[in-house]
Amino acid sequence: MSTALLHTGGKSKKATLSKKKLLPYWLLAPGIIWLLIFFLVPIYQLISTSTQTQGFGIGTYVQTYRFANFIDAITSSRAQLFRSFEYAFLATAFALVISYPLAYAVAFKSGRWKNTLLVLIVAPFFCSFLLRTVAWEQILGEQGLVIKVLRFLHVLGAQGHLTATPFAVVAGLTYNFLPFMTLPLYASLERIDIRMMEASGDLYANALTTFRRVTFPLSLPGVVAGTLLTFIPAAGDYINAELLGNPQTKMIGNVIEARYLEIVDYPGAAALSLVLMVTILILVMAYVKRAGTEELV
Amino acid sequence: MVDSASSAHGDLTLTNLTKSFGEFVAVDDLNLVIPEGSFFALLGPSGCGKTTTLRMVAGLEEPTSGSIAIGKTDFTYEKPYKRPVNTVFQNYALFPHLSIFENIAFGLRRRGVKDVETQVQKALELVELTHLASRKPNQLSGGQQQRIALARAIVNRPALLLLDEPLGALDLKLRRAMQIELKWIQTEVGITFVHVTHDQEEAMTMADTIAVMNEGKIEQMGSPADLYDNPRTAFVANFLGQSNLIKGSIVDSTSDGKIVDIFGSKIGLSASRNHAHDSSVLLGIRPEKIRIAPAGTAMNGNVLQGGTISDASYIGVSTQYQVEMPWGQELMVFEQNDDGTPPLLKGDSVVISWEPVFTFGLAGDQDANAGSEANPDSE
Repeated sequence: MSTALLHTGGKSKKATLSKKKLLPYWLLAPGIIWLLIFFLVPIYQLISTSTQTQGFGIGTYVQTYRFANFIDAITSSRAQLFRSFEYAFLATAFALVISYPLAYAVAFKSGRWKNTLLVLIVAPFFCSFLLRTVAWEQILGEQGLVIKVLRFLHVLGAQGHLTATPFAVVAGLTYNFLPFMTLPLYASLERIDIRMMEASGDLYANALTTFRRVTFPLSLPGVVAGTLLTFIPAAGDYINAELLGNPQTKMIGNVIEARYLEIVDYPGAAALSLVLMVTILILVMAYVKRAGTEELV
Repeated sequence: MVDSASSAHGDLTLTNLTKSFGEFVAVDDLNLVIPEGSFFALLGPSGCGKTTTLRMVAGLEEPTSGSIAIGKTDFTYEKPYKRPVNTVFQNYALFPHLSIFENIAFGLRRRGVKDVETQVQKALELVELTHLASRKPNQLSGGQQQRIALARAIVNRPALLLLDEPLGALDLKLRRAMQIELKWIQTEVGITFVHVTHDQEEAMTMADTIAVMNEGKIEQMGSPADLYDNPRTAFVANFLGQSNLIKGSIVDSTSDGKIVDIFGSKIGLSASRNHAHDSSVLLGIRPEKIRIAPAGTAMNGNVLQGGTISDASYIGVSTQYQVEMPWGQELMVFEQNDDGTPPLLKGDSVVISWEPVFTFGLAGDQDANAGSEANPDSE
C-alpha cells in the first residue's frame, strides 16, 4: 500500500501529504524490525518452550501445553527467587545511597571538573562486566590484600572470609550497576533550574528542607529511572552470585543457567524466566504508579 | 526560626555595598536608602550591577564589603531563609511539582503559620486566580505564572519584596496591564517593592523613585519626572528617553540662570538645571519639547536658526523630524500632529525653539552618547 502511494508521484498535493504522514513509520521501521526479530521471536520461543515436556532423548521436547511447569518451577526455586529480589533490592538501595551524593556533587558542585568526573563514572564500561567481577573475586579472595588487612586489624577472624558470602554478592551487584544509577540521577539533577533552590531558600526553607521539598522531588524521574535500571538487571543477574557467592547465595539467574546448560531442562528454564519477567513487570508497574512520575515534567 | 525576620521592618539601607567577581567590580561602593512602603526601581542596562544588588539583598550573593540593613537589623551575612525578604524571580521559578496552592503555601508552611488555607485563598483573590488553585504551574500562561509568583511572595508579608525583571518574559500588551496591576497591588498591600529592570518605561510607570545604575554605581536617583526633566549626566539623559545634547559654553549669568553660547546662538538655562562644573556645558533638550516652523517664522524662547529637515517620519500621534543644524549636528524634534497644518517636508529650511525652562545643562567633559547605546528606544 505504501509503495502504491509513493508511486503516484510527488506532484499532487495529496501524495506529498501522505508521504509526510508515512515518514514517522519509515523512521520507526528499523527499530520495529529489530524488535520483531530480536525480541518478539525469542519471547514467542520462550513462551512456547515453557509449556513443553520431555520427548524422546535428552534435549528434545514436545509441545504438550503443560502449564504445571510454572508451578513446578516456582515451588522448586522459591528460595532463589525471593533471594534474587532481596539482593536486587539491597543492591539498588546501596547504589542509590552511594550514587545520589555523587550525582549531586557532579551536577552542582563540580565546576570545570564535570566532564572529567562523568568520564570516570562511565570508565568501568571500558572493561567487560565479567572481567571486572573476576577481578573483585581476586581482590576480596583469600590471597587478596583486603582480607589480609581486615585480618590484621582483627575485623575478621582467622576463619573469616569475604568471598562466598551474601555480602560479596550484594557488593558486587551494587558495584556493577552503579553507573546505571548514577547517570539518570545526574541527568535529572542537572536539569533542575538552580533558581528553584534559590526560590525555596527565599521562601524560608533551610538547606535540608529545600532538599526534601524541592530538590529531591524534582529529581524523582532520575531516581525512578536509576532504580529500575539497577533493580531489573540485578534481579536477573547470575555472574555475581556465581563468582562471589556460595551455594547458599544462588540467585534465580543461577538456577535458570543451571537448568538450561547443565540439566538441559529447557521448559523449566523457560518457565522460570517467564516467572521472573512477569514478577519484575508487576513490581515495576506498581512502583512507577506509586512514584507517580508521569505528573512530573 | 524566623522570629528575628518577621519582626524587622523599616527602611532598607545599603551602606558602602560592594561586590566584586575577581577583577570585575559589579557593585561599587553603593549607598542607598529605600524608604519603607515605597515602590523603588533600580534601572540600568544589563551588567550595570542592579541584579547583583538585588541578589545581595535577597541573600543569594554575599557582599565583598559593606552592609545591608532593614530598619535597625543588619542582614548583611544572614542566610536567605532568615531574611524578611521575598523575591519574584525572573521567569518566576515556580515549583513544577507542586500545585498552585502548594506553591503559594510553601513559605507559610516553612514558617509554621496556622491558617495557611485562608491566607493562600486571600493571596489568590488578590491576583484574581482563585480558580487555578489545583493546577500545576506548567498548565498556566506566562501572565498567570507571573501573578502566582507574586502571590507566592506577597502571602508571606515580607518587609521587602524584590522583583527581578518581573515582566521581562511577557508580551508588550500584557506587560502594560501588569505594570498597572503591580502598582495597584503595591498600594494595596503597602509592602516596600524593590524592582530591578532595564526597561525605562516599566520603571517610570510603576516606581515612586528610580535609581539609574551604571557600571556598579548610581548615576542619579529621583522621581520619574525629576529624572526625565532634570537629568544630571549624559548617561541618564540618553538612557531615560531621548535627548539632544549640544556642546556649548556658559558666557553670562542672569538673576535666575545662565546664558549659554552654542555656535553663536544665545540660550537660556535655569540655575536649578545646570549641572556643569565650569563654563563647558552639554546643553540638553528633549525632542518633544521643541517646536518647529518654516524658516523666517518669528518664535519666542530659545531659538535656533538655520536648520534643514534631513528626515521626516509621520507616525500618527506625532511627526519625528531629524533637523540638520549649521554646525553639522542632527537634532531630533517630535511634533504633535494637533494643529491641522501639513507636516514639513524633507529639505525644508526651518527654525526651532523651546521654552528656556526645559533646557538642562550637563558637565561638558562627558561623552554625549553615553547610555544611548544601552537604550532600546534609540535604535
